[in-house]
Amino acid sequence: MTAKVNPDDVHRVAELAHLELTPQEAQGMLHDLNAILDHVAQLSELDTTGVTPLAQMSELEGAGGAASLRPDVVLPSLDRAAVMSAAPETDRVFFKVPKVIER
Amino acid sequence: MPSETKIAQSYVEKPKTLADLRAGISRGSVKAADLAASYYDRIDQANPRLNVYLSLTQERAMEQATRVDTAAAKGDPLGPLAGIPVGIKDVLVMQGAPTTAGSKILKGYRPPYDATAVRKLDAAGAVLLGKINCDEFAMGSSNENSAYGPVRNPVDTERVPGGSSGGSAAAVAANMAVATLGSDTGGSIRQPASFCGVVGVLPTYGRVSRYGLIAFASSLDRVGPFAANVRDAATMLGVIAGHDPKDATSSPAPVPDYATESDKPAEGLRIGVPAEYFGEGLDPEVRACIEGGIQALETAGCTVKPVSLPHTRYAIPTYYLVATAEASANLARFDGVRYGYRSPASDTLSAMYSHSRDEGFGAEVKRRILLGTYALSAGYYDAYYLKAQQVRRLLAEEFLRAFAKVDAIVTPTAPTPAFKLGEKSGDPLAMYLADIYTVTASLAGICGVTVPCGVTKAGLPVGMQVLAAHLNESTAFRVARAVEAAQG
Repeated sequence: MTAKVNPDDVHRVAELAHLELTPQEAQGMLHDLNAILDHVAQLSELDTTGVTPLAQMSELEGAGGAASLRPDVVLPSLDRAAVMSAAPETDRVFFKVPKVIER
Repeated sequence: MPSETKIAQSYVEKPKTLADLRAGISRGSVKAADLAASYYDRIDQANPRLNVYLSLTQERAMEQATRVDTAAAKGDPLGPLAGIPVGIKDVLVMQGAPTTAGSKILKGYRPPYDATAVRKLDAAGAVLLGKINCDEFAMGSSNENSAYGPVRNPVDTERVPGGSSGGSAAAVAANMAVATLGSDTGGSIRQPASFCGVVGVLPTYGRVSRYGLIAFASSLDRVGPFAANVRDAATMLGVIAGHDPKDATSSPAPVPDYATESDKPAEGLRIGVPAEYFGEGLDPEVRACIEGGIQALETAGCTVKPVSLPHTRYAIPTYYLVATAEASANLARFDGVRYGYRSPASDTLSAMYSHSRDEGFGAEVKRRILLGTYALSAGYYDAYYLKAQQVRRLLAEEFLRAFAKVDAIVTPTAPTPAFKLGEKSGDPLAMYLADIYTVTASLAGICGVTVPCGVTKAGLPVGMQVLAAHLNESTAFRVARAVEAAQG
């Protein structure tokens, strides 16, 4: 857990997250990520062998909650015209985006 | 407005209690329409300096107020919040009202539906004044990360109101609403309530529906109220709590009458004090205030005893891994396709995604998306994300063990009073470390109330955090009432 983030890592992670960073931004992020990950490294002191990860509160016994799934029935969705009117570009049925495949 | 001056000013003004206003409206001695108009006047006066409201929903508010006045005149039954002016943090969607989450990427967005908590307020007769400023996507502890400028603390306008629900806390402190809604992922209700000298509630995870809350970290996000006193906060929670089929994590447990529960004396309750929350980094004046509050609880007949929460020191790293991992996934939806900003300079789909996100997101949001993406990426998942989830269980189980021995745990809400604007904004890690006392309850899913508990020599408010076990809000309210009653 002591891995240092290098400039290539920042570039790769930004690409995964669909973010573009200016060289100056990338520099700042490199510094910040390393500072934060240095702090986070103290978790490795703890022996967590055999501890079941807790991803959701419903997985915690004694917390009074359990996931409550609703019956699988069809219910009306949001009004399509209202949803479409908030989008940057549509043909009123589909969202429109720039060309994906050249032909 | 003297908006250019650098001299700190106070805008503090206490709203009338919800019960008094509600009684006046019911009798007809207070007109909901006049009350709403007076709040819009107050907003006109204070907002240029404090920057609390991002948009006003005057038309909807005045329609509701008129409806309430008509019902009151006819003697029809009124909802529990009939005519009460309320403000909504801008991370909760409101039909037809601009909803930005404090981000440029959602500028101009008008959602097609109401969040469940908003709908419940509306059904209870509340007059929804407008949408309130916050850190971008609720990421921040000072409200300086809003794309629409920082909120100023009404107690001292040169200081931050806290964050991310800084505007919601400031609105109540400055009487720009009787009560407000905020959201809390790692302390975003409790810390600003402490900084502004108001009451803030972190409901149990699942107690209030998250439907219509713009998601930051879904396993941690809560919707909760701010008010000027504990009883009003309890009334607000009673209205917004409850099961919602639209949020699969919402609890089916019945909703107690929190306001009435909060009237019960705290006498006989066992109060735990964890040494881990009183160590290095705690401001001596904050410590003195909290110790005064603990004495007040003893005087009220509580039994105070030490409890041990040794994993507390691991809470910040655990929180920032879990929260950023979830945020990186949740914020993938902002891509210029369905709502919000689309960069005009994009000729391919991939370029449209990255240009829109790059131009739409602020620095802190990008930082957290990058950290979360890194923690989830191949080769690092086990070491970071999985490890954090394991420590999260240790932290949660530690609280469950403590609550077998005590009814409530009291701590400082934040290690310091409100800091100056700009004081921490250049150092993200220093800002994260300020959340030390609030992230633990977030990770454990338990509930809590922060209640004003004295002021520093400079007059800055200090909040005491009262934590209680899952779904045990009533106990937290009772303890907070006792602390409140002991204040001058």
